[in-house]
Amino acid sequence: MDIKATVLGILNDLTGNDVSGAMDDNLFDSGLMDSMGSVQLLLQLQGDLGINVPVSEFERSEWDTPNKIIAKVESLA
Amino acid sequence: MLSFEPYGNPTYFALLGVALLPLMIGLLYGKRSRLYETLISIFFLVLTFGGPKWTQGVALIIYILYEVALTWGYAVYRKHKNSGPLFYLTVILAIIPLTIVKVTPAVENGQSSLIGFLGISYLTFRAVQTIMETRDGTLKDYQVMTFLQFMLFFPTISSGPIDRYRRFEADYRSVPSREKYLGMIQKGIRYIFVGFMYKFILAYYFGTLLMPQLKMMAMNSRGGFLDLSWPVLGYMYAYSADLFFDFAGYSLFAVGTSYIMGIATPMNFNQPWRSLNIKDFWNRWHITLSFWFRDFIYMRLVFWFMKHKVFKKPTTTANVTYIINMLIMGFWHGVTWYYITYGLFHGCALVINDTWLRYKKKHRASVPHNGFTQIFAIFLTANMVCFSFLIFSGLLDQIWFH
Repeated sequence: MDIKATVLGILNDLTGNDVSGAMDDNLFDSGLMDSMGSVQLLLQLQGDLGINVPVSEFERSEWDTPNKIIAKVESLA
Repeated sequence: MLSFEPYGNPTYFALLGVALLPLMIGLLYGKRSRLYETLISIFFLVLTFGGPKWTQGVALIIYILYEVALTWGYAVYRKHKNSGPLFYLTVILAIIPLTIVKVTPAVENGQSSLIGFLGISYLTFRAVQTIMETRDGTLKDYQVMTFLQFMLFFPTISSGPIDRYRRFEADYRSVPSREKYLGMIQKGIRYIFVGFMYKFILAYYFGTLLMPQLKMMAMNSRGGFLDLSWPVLGYMYAYSADLFFDFAGYSLFAVGTSYIMGIATPMNFNQPWRSLNIKDFWNRWHITLSFWFRDFIYMRLVFWFMKHKVFKKPTTTANVTYIINMLIMGFWHGVTWYYITYGLFHGCALVINDTWLRYKKKHRASVPHNGFTQIFAIFLTANMVCFSFLIFSGLLDQIWFH
């Protein structure tokens, strides 16, 4: 399964929204994501893709839109 | 011997201006002189911690040597091994001096600890963060000299803002382009002048002129329900205004001075009084502290709780962690009933806020959302915050127990 689809699946689960139509929208500004959601995302990435992201790697400005998150995960995979 | 509180009086600013001038010329010509920066840092540290306050200076030197030994030792160790218990032990050792300083007044009848000095909290935040990022492997290239510069960066040493090692290092190791640096000077000077207005006019009015009078009136109007009276309400607003203008003013000086030194220290306040809810407030008030708590306590605790499946529901995890997080913040302010209550109050406020936001998300159609509800939200949040500052101020302790 490709990374983009997996990440989108995780994000849709976490936010309870379909984010695929707004790939450059800031998830924190819209209130769809918060610290709690961020941690859940990191844990899911670990579980589903085996990608280990320590909390201090999570610089919010680099993870705030679906596109940025996908790019970030692809760079870490 | 001269001794100053940082940014405390006109002479301090005059000295600051003179000391920064050569540095500014250097940066404009693309040069950063480490030697000169170190010399003026030492000069201003001696102004702050020398003379009649020399005992604080000694405490600072011993503390710094101790934290350098810890962070350096851990960075060397971490290159070869990564044991959990040793990491926790290092963090505990790093916060022991601060803990002693915070607990001493509570057990020694208000006596302050001999190992304390102005700014120990803020240095501890920087040291702990360095250790945690070293453990995570995000900070790979620990340098003793950079760490010292980071810890002892004089504009922010006494009360923050709390920068991050990697962000500071990137600025410190480079020289901004002339165009960018001119922009930084412009901003820096503007920040310092807004700071003058905040600290020396507004905070002076609220804190020095208004607050003592209101406090006296509040003490003299005791006897009613819970000894509360209108002056207590007045004090609540005056104290909140003073707290904001005093601290935001100080922060503007610290950030402005950093900018003039070519270091983009992060901002501490972003219009907190227009927050829509309490979570929004913590993204706008004492930002570098609340983000430090978010990144190094809240998120890590949540991560640990979820990984070990301590609670069934994510919302329970979030709520419990909010309370723990804000309680720690309360204890950090000092071991008194009012600081701890203040922490608990904000923990509960965050839990209630999240519950409400979830409810609103689910019932989007039935919850009204318009200009009036926005204004009501801002009003309610600001008043909740002011009430929490009344607890924090210790006035209730005075009128009830003194």
